[in-house]
Amino acid sequence: MTLGSLAAPLGVLGFVRPHLDWHALAPELTLLGVGALLTCLDIALAERGRAVTSALAGLGLLGVLVPIITLAVAGVASEPRVMFDGAYVVDGYALILKALFLVSGYVVVLLSMNYVAEGDYWENEYYGLVLASLLGMVVMASARDLISIFVALELLSIPAYLLAAWRKRDLRSNEAGLKYFLMGVFASAIMLYGMSLLFGASGSTVLADIAAAAPLDRGAEAVPSAAITVGVIFVIVGFAFKVSAFPFHTWAPDTYEGAPTPITAFLSVASKTAGFVALGSLVFVGFWERDDVYGPALWFLAAASMTAGNLMALRQKNIVRLMAYSGIAQAGFMLAPLAVAGVSTSVADQAVSAVLTYLVIYAAMNLGVFAVIMTVARRTGTGDVASYNGLFRVSPGMAVVMTVFLASLAGVPPAGGWYAKFAVFQALVSADSPAGYVLAGFAAVNAVIAVGYYGKIAARMWFEKPAPELGDAGRIPVPFSLRSALALTVAATLVFGVVPATVTHFTEVSLLATVTGL
Amino acid sequence: MLLNQFLILSAVLFAIGVYGVLARRNGVLVLMSIELILNVAFGSYVSSISGEVFALFIITVAAAEVGVGLAILLLLYRNRQSVDLSEADLMKG
Repeated sequence: MTLGSLAAPLGVLGFVRPHLDWHALAPELTLLGVGALLTCLDIALAERGRAVTSALAGLGLLGVLVPIITLAVAGVASEPRVMFDGAYVVDGYALILKALFLVSGYVVVLLSMNYVAEGDYWENEYYGLVLASLLGMVVMASARDLISIFVALELLSIPAYLLAAWRKRDLRSNEAGLKYFLMGVFASAIMLYGMSLLFGASGSTVLADIAAAAPLDRGAEAVPSAAITVGVIFVIVGFAFKVSAFPFHTWAPDTYEGAPTPITAFLSVASKTAGFVALGSLVFVGFWERDDVYGPALWFLAAASMTAGNLMALRQKNIVRLMAYSGIAQAGFMLAPLAVAGVSTSVADQAVSAVLTYLVIYAAMNLGVFAVIMTVARRTGTGDVASYNGLFRVSPGMAVVMTVFLASLAGVPPAGGWYAKFAVFQALVSADSPAGYVLAGFAAVNAVIAVGYYGKIAARMWFEKPAPELGDAGRIPVPFSLRSALALTVAATLVFGVVPATVTHFTEVSLLATVTGL
Repeated sequence: MLLNQFLILSAVLFAIGVYGVLARRNGVLVLMSIELILNVAFGSYVSSISGEVFALFIITVAAAEVGVGLAILLLLYRNRQSVDLSEADLMKG
């Protein structure tokens, strides 16, 4: 038997080697390489490796930015690289998000350095898991297929469950991990059930094909169109858990409070962004034409998250829980443009840009707040809001920096947050529909309520007498890594606010352009 | 094809799973209920290659998930000698 006759059956099966664009895959492969290197070093050096682990993880993440920049220079934004029959797409949308994930990841590594080393936790595994989770997020940015979205979601979630429970002997951390795990897996199960219905109705897992399949326009023959309605709703519910939208937010405050603080920052920024990314690709590529289903669902989630998040944040005594509820409210703002996206293609493009802009600015300001929380907690050892009393007199620098972040979160110019909110309002108004205007009204009222609790912390820092927890040892010392994280986030928050074009230049992308037939 | 019957079966299994998650207080049983939902999802569509591949992926990922979940439950059990979820209520508000 010749080699040719052996190979013949493969030809009969119609196997064609898929086209691999190594340049487009370089960021993922580099990240995988860094993670593998970290693990190998751990095996080879054991305890001696502890000193270099965190630095290597940080440098590795910055190194992965190199292929992303070369891809941007190669003009990926105007000519998307499409692989695996449209299942994996590297375009402007994917690229800005990958950069966002990696930079957020780098800041989280900076936040973790002292925390993990001083807390005597397992270090190598910690950074390995952070890198694995980031790999899932980077893959998620490009995933345009139900299978790759699912695998990316699990790859980013499973390490995060472990990281939330990282403080092994602390009951709160155990509880945080358990709650996050149970809610997360429950959510993926519901999402999968929805995906199975969508796949059954359209016969394909690739989002672009699902959009083109007849049933997603209107009712099918074999499967009633109710299956699609339920499918779309279940998929949205699954991701609503991930982005902690009301009423699927119950895990967030407990997990945030119990998890190690750097991981809280990681979950509240990177993990939430990943949820929005998947929601974005599903809504805009997968079922954009079914806005009769996702429109009302997302409208409700947006309005409810904003209102409930803000009202519950008002009565929080613990700063981390307060940030959890603030994050729920901010998620509502980010969901709002998606709710009106189905009106027209131009509104959809504007909605994508608004969500991306919000995500970038939110990452900078939220990571910044957590950097301050961690620095202050090094002295006070508590997350009590009252321990921020009189911070200005003890550590003026910290108080000023925190005020910048709080102003940004509340949407006060010139800090970046105002432009994020402005972009959301712009998208809502451009829809020119009653739903859009009412939602804009909700957002406006909520922006005012939010000033209440952000302003209260600022007032405590500036006008109260110093809290006893702050002690009388003078300024709070800031380790180098936290100092770098603070410098990065403050600079980003202010630059985004003063020159919003620095963000919008990268976030003006069109997702619908990649869908055939639109 | 018996598509509708399969859909109904999967919907029933899904509902049983959701009931289990909401009603059970034992961590291990909640985990089992979630696994039931996970594996129900693609049972009905294994007639095409993509469906089969998807089902395989789900089985693999679900196994990894159970591993992590049991590790976390074990951690909880070591620290408080119980896997009763209603006792895990240190944080509220």
